[in-house]
Amino acid sequence: MQEETGRLPVAYRSTGAALWRRFRRNRLALAGLLIVALLACAAMLAPALAPADPARQSLEDKRMPPGGKYLLGADEFGRDIASRLIYGSRIALMVGLVSVLFAAVLGTALGTVAGYVGGAVDEALMRTLDVLLAFPYLLLAIAIVSALGPGLQNTILAVGVWATPGFARVIRGSVLAIKEQEYVQAARAAGAGTGRVVVRHVLPNCISILIVYSALYMASAILLEAALSFLGLGVQPPTPSWGLMVSTGRDFITLAPHIATLPGLAIAVTVLGFNLLGDGLRDALDPKMPA
Amino acid sequence: MSGYLIRRILVMIPVLLGVILLIMVTIDLIPGDPAALMLGEGATADTVMKLRKSLDLDQPLAVRYVRYVSRLVQGDLGRSIREGRRVNEEIAEVWPATAQLGLTALVVAIAVGVTVGVLSARWPYSLFDNIVRVLSLFGLSMPIFWTGIVLIVVFSLVLNWLPAGGRGTWTHLVLPAVTLATPTIAMLARMTRSTMLEVLREDYIRTARAKGAGNRRVLIRHALRNALIPAVTVLGLQTGQLLGGAVLTETVFAWPGIGRMLVRAIFARDYVLLQGGVLVLAVTFVVINLLVDLSYAYLDPRISYR
Repeated sequence: MQEETGRLPVAYRSTGAALWRRFRRNRLALAGLLIVALLACAAMLAPALAPADPARQSLEDKRMPPGGKYLLGADEFGRDIASRLIYGSRIALMVGLVSVLFAAVLGTALGTVAGYVGGAVDEALMRTLDVLLAFPYLLLAIAIVSALGPGLQNTILAVGVWATPGFARVIRGSVLAIKEQEYVQAARAAGAGTGRVVVRHVLPNCISILIVYSALYMASAILLEAALSFLGLGVQPPTPSWGLMVSTGRDFITLAPHIATLPGLAIAVTVLGFNLLGDGLRDALDPKMPA
Repeated sequence: MSGYLIRRILVMIPVLLGVILLIMVTIDLIPGDPAALMLGEGATADTVMKLRKSLDLDQPLAVRYVRYVSRLVQGDLGRSIREGRRVNEEIAEVWPATAQLGLTALVVAIAVGVTVGVLSARWPYSLFDNIVRVLSLFGLSMPIFWTGIVLIVVFSLVLNWLPAGGRGTWTHLVLPAVTLATPTIAMLARMTRSTMLEVLREDYIRTARAKGAGNRRVLIRHALRNALIPAVTVLGLQTGQLLGGAVLTETVFAWPGIGRMLVRAIFARDYVLLQGGVLVLAVTFVVINLLVDLSYAYLDPRISYR
């Protein structure tokens, strides 16, 4: 058997490699990955990449159109828009990551309990979550932020709370399916306790669906943060949040339309990136997973 | 059928009671005294006390909840704090504007989204289909307030074809309705395309073709009708999106509807008005979803409600 050193047959290759092989064939998914990777680089390397200090004002340069002294022009205070967009990626990604992490952890916990325990616990949890889901998404976030007050932390909390029922529902669905599988019954028959069955056998099988939903929820979370900041209920000035930049730039759309439109484009491209990535991951992880 | 309807309406009651409780608990979480916050720094202890009393804030949450619900049953949403007007009246004033905007957007979204989806499925992987697929993904990714601003810049400022805001003639309605419809158009186009492609592989489509039915007849009479059910479900789920989008669209276009009223209520810390507005939108959402469920029976005669 020594001479058989070539590539392993497909079925024996690691799942990671198989995943990448399927993902790679999807050009749109690769585009999404590229957008997300570029965004992550922009956020991490912001101080090195930004041509100017995003907070530095220069009244003589205010509302300067793109192309001249500033690549993407200057805003109503003469601040460099390109630099503010680069720093703004930090806010978008941070709100997205932290709130999705919050929702994924809490939603997985609730969904696992509801799905695995079942019965009255399941009923009570799911009906409560239905109330949250019955709420128009923006109104829920608005209610939370208007109660707690605007700001970065409360925005993250509002977005996280908004996303939790969705995660709980999806995880509950897959836990319900997984707990009927033979290997789970085998583990139980072998004497494994509930905790062990859930942690070792049920949850690992939820990971792929969790990854897909996290990517898709990143897109929605970034959109929601932008919407809240646009309404003045989210991140507060002078923090360079994209939604906030659109909101303040709105007062100048007749004089300098680039101030409001460029940050909006950044939001759209970022959200598109996460949507493409999420769709691609879903197709690569499980072609049968519902759209 | 009527038994089903009654049951569905009865199920709405606990959901709405939950929504009210949720709003009240959220308002209760505000650090500090809402009455003092509303009146600002110049208020005397006496006026704060009076406001607390008139808002029942001196009562425990459970008492306030019961009082609010019992007034609500009589159709009374209370009086707004800022202007002292009946919330019912304020909502009745702004409600038609939001309904007009929302319904127009819905009609535009269904007409454009379903048509584009059917055409995409008719010629899959064609140039048209590829453009539609990329555009619809982008449509789902655009923040709705940005869509509105871009439309204003292009159609009001550069081309000068349509007004940039306000409500009046039908020309005022075009840009906000298109803005609000965009994400729903994208969603419906994607959904209709994928379900049409599935349905077109079914045996009964082949049967219809074998019996000599023309392309158009197969597409519309046989395929579309079956492909519409998932699309209608998505539409029901999109209602929440549409109502949230209305808040943003109304803000961008200065459209005098319930969304702007809500934003105004938040900044004025008028919790009675906020509560009433959110409740009305929640009821709308639940009712629309009921209508969606009822429409299944019309689209698919195999589904019957008992």
